Amino acid sequence: MFKRSEQDKRPPVQIFVDGVAVAARQGDTVSAALLASGRDVRRSTAVSGAPRLPYCMMGVCFDCLVTIDGVGNRQGCLVPVAEGMQIEIQKGKREIGK
Amino acid sequence: MTTTPSRENYDFVVIGAGPAGLAAAATSAEAGLSTLLLDENIGPGGQVFRAIASTPVTAREQLGTDYWVGADLVQALRAGNTEVVQRATVWSLDRNLEIGVSIGGGSSFVKARRVILATGALERPFPIPGWTLPGVMTAGAAQTMLKSSALVPDGRTVIAGQGPLLWLLAAQILRLGGRIDRILDTTERGNYFAALPHAFAFLTSPYFAKGLALMREVRAKVQVVSGVAELAAVGDGQLASVSYVAGGKRETIPADLLLLHQGVVPNVNLAMAAGVEHRWNELQLCWSPVLDASGNSSIEGIAIAGDGAGIGGATAAVVRGRIAARAAVEALAPVAAAKLPPLATLRAELAKAERGRAFLDTLFRPSPQFRIPSGDTIVCRCEEVTAKDILDAVAIGATGPNQLKAYRRTGMGPCQGRLCGLTVTELMAQARAKSPQEIGYYRLRAPVKPITLAELAAVPKSEDDVKAVVRG
Repeated sequence: MFKRSEQDKRPPVQIFVDGVAVAARQGDTVSAALLASGRDVRRSTAVSGAPRLPYCMMGVCFDCLVTIDGVGNRQGCLVPVAEGMQIEIQKGKREIGK
Repeated sequence: MTTTPSRENYDFVVIGAGPAGLAAAATSAEAGLSTLLLDENIGPGGQVFRAIASTPVTAREQLGTDYWVGADLVQALRAGNTEVVQRATVWSLDRNLEIGVSIGGGSSFVKARRVILATGALERPFPIPGWTLPGVMTAGAAQTMLKSSALVPDGRTVIAGQGPLLWLLAAQILRLGGRIDRILDTTERGNYFAALPHAFAFLTSPYFAKGLALMREVRAKVQVVSGVAELAAVGDGQLASVSYVAGGKRETIPADLLLLHQGVVPNVNLAMAAGVEHRWNELQLCWSPVLDASGNSSIEGIAIAGDGAGIGGATAAVVRGRIAARAAVEALAPVAAAKLPPLATLRAELAKAERGRAFLDTLFRPSPQFRIPSGDTIVCRCEEVTAKDILDAVAIGATGPNQLKAYRRTGMGPCQGRLCGLTVTELMAQARAKSPQEIGYYRLRAPVKPITLAELAAVPKSEDDVKAVVRG
């Protein structure tokens, strides 16, 4: 859906998406890195389980909700990636203890 | 790295580091007032100047000269003594000018003598059938990815809607080597006539030449369909095609990505939750705060600058930021204010920056069918409530957005009405034959962004706070 421009010379950052290593770039938000990964990163909604992807990328729509380093319901579009970050695609509502 | 505000009290707290916030904070710091700038994003810039200090797009001309103006604003801010905290989510503001802010998972309060809200704008909801499908995003979302991560669409891409941002985004995508298959222009033909009385101001404004050049650049490379009167995203769990009607003819084109845009509206949540009076703006079709000429709101000590004060664009936002900050400096330190640019100069700059805006507002006024959906089209994305659900609720007695919450939970999901509020107001106004002003809006309350109960419970407490709730 998206590709990186060749002029982007930022250093790579490795994150893990559902346990699989994914190459991101320093300064990417979690949502941008997920959309750039080419993987199926659709979450499912808490209400009907419908699949969704980020819609606004600016912190207002909450369609980018994702589990980051064990904490659920994070807005992936507002969080920068960090080396070794563990991302889980959130299916349904946030679980107790996450 | 997590930084928190170094003090509990400031002369001046600015919320939002976009054009208005950057200018306001720099002005107040220049006047020697203790100034705190809180911003939710990773770096300064807001939306227009997003990632201005970190963008990987090195070919400057690809983003355009208007973008790089932001670098000067950031430089001016950094030259002063403003304390800037990024990734700071303000979730509360009250009449005592006490601000609740969440930073790195922990919350605290700071108190201000003056607050400037520069929370900017968000894209108007575009509730068409299928707009919740993966693969449908806002044009602003694509632009955010382009500026901050140099990411461009490379699948089959359709851009639909209207307004200046749409053409700028299209040009930027093409310059960075991205793909656009078709642009579907939803501008209503009648709007061209309605906008005519404002044409002279527009033709003599900087918008005209820039806009024309952008449209030429894009039209040379992309097929543009105008007069699009119906629009739907189609797919099963993922966008597969875009269906539209133009000139009475229906067409369906395969698509991986649909980018929607029909203008921007003030981001009102924090101001409304603070109790600032807002009125329905019949031209811009949104809620705007009631402000005096310096941006002061109905609440003593709270001013609003930038697009949150009513849509005026980035250049106007910068000047409004300076005007609001100057007025606040005058109230707190009149001697220091005398050294700032005179108000008359700033007002003249604002008038210049706002030239042509009425033309744009009229020309790009979105059509009713793209604002007020029907049938199974989702209105509230969070709670997945359709237009029919809302009309059914009206039929059995729901009178306004706040009653509707009890019937259907609209606006009660995590986005707190940001993506459905305007649609709900207009839909209910139409169904009940009332004006949007009479129908009203959701009653917004803190926290205006979700925080956990644990975070709330862990907020530092004074002895008085404890006394207020402990017996004996």
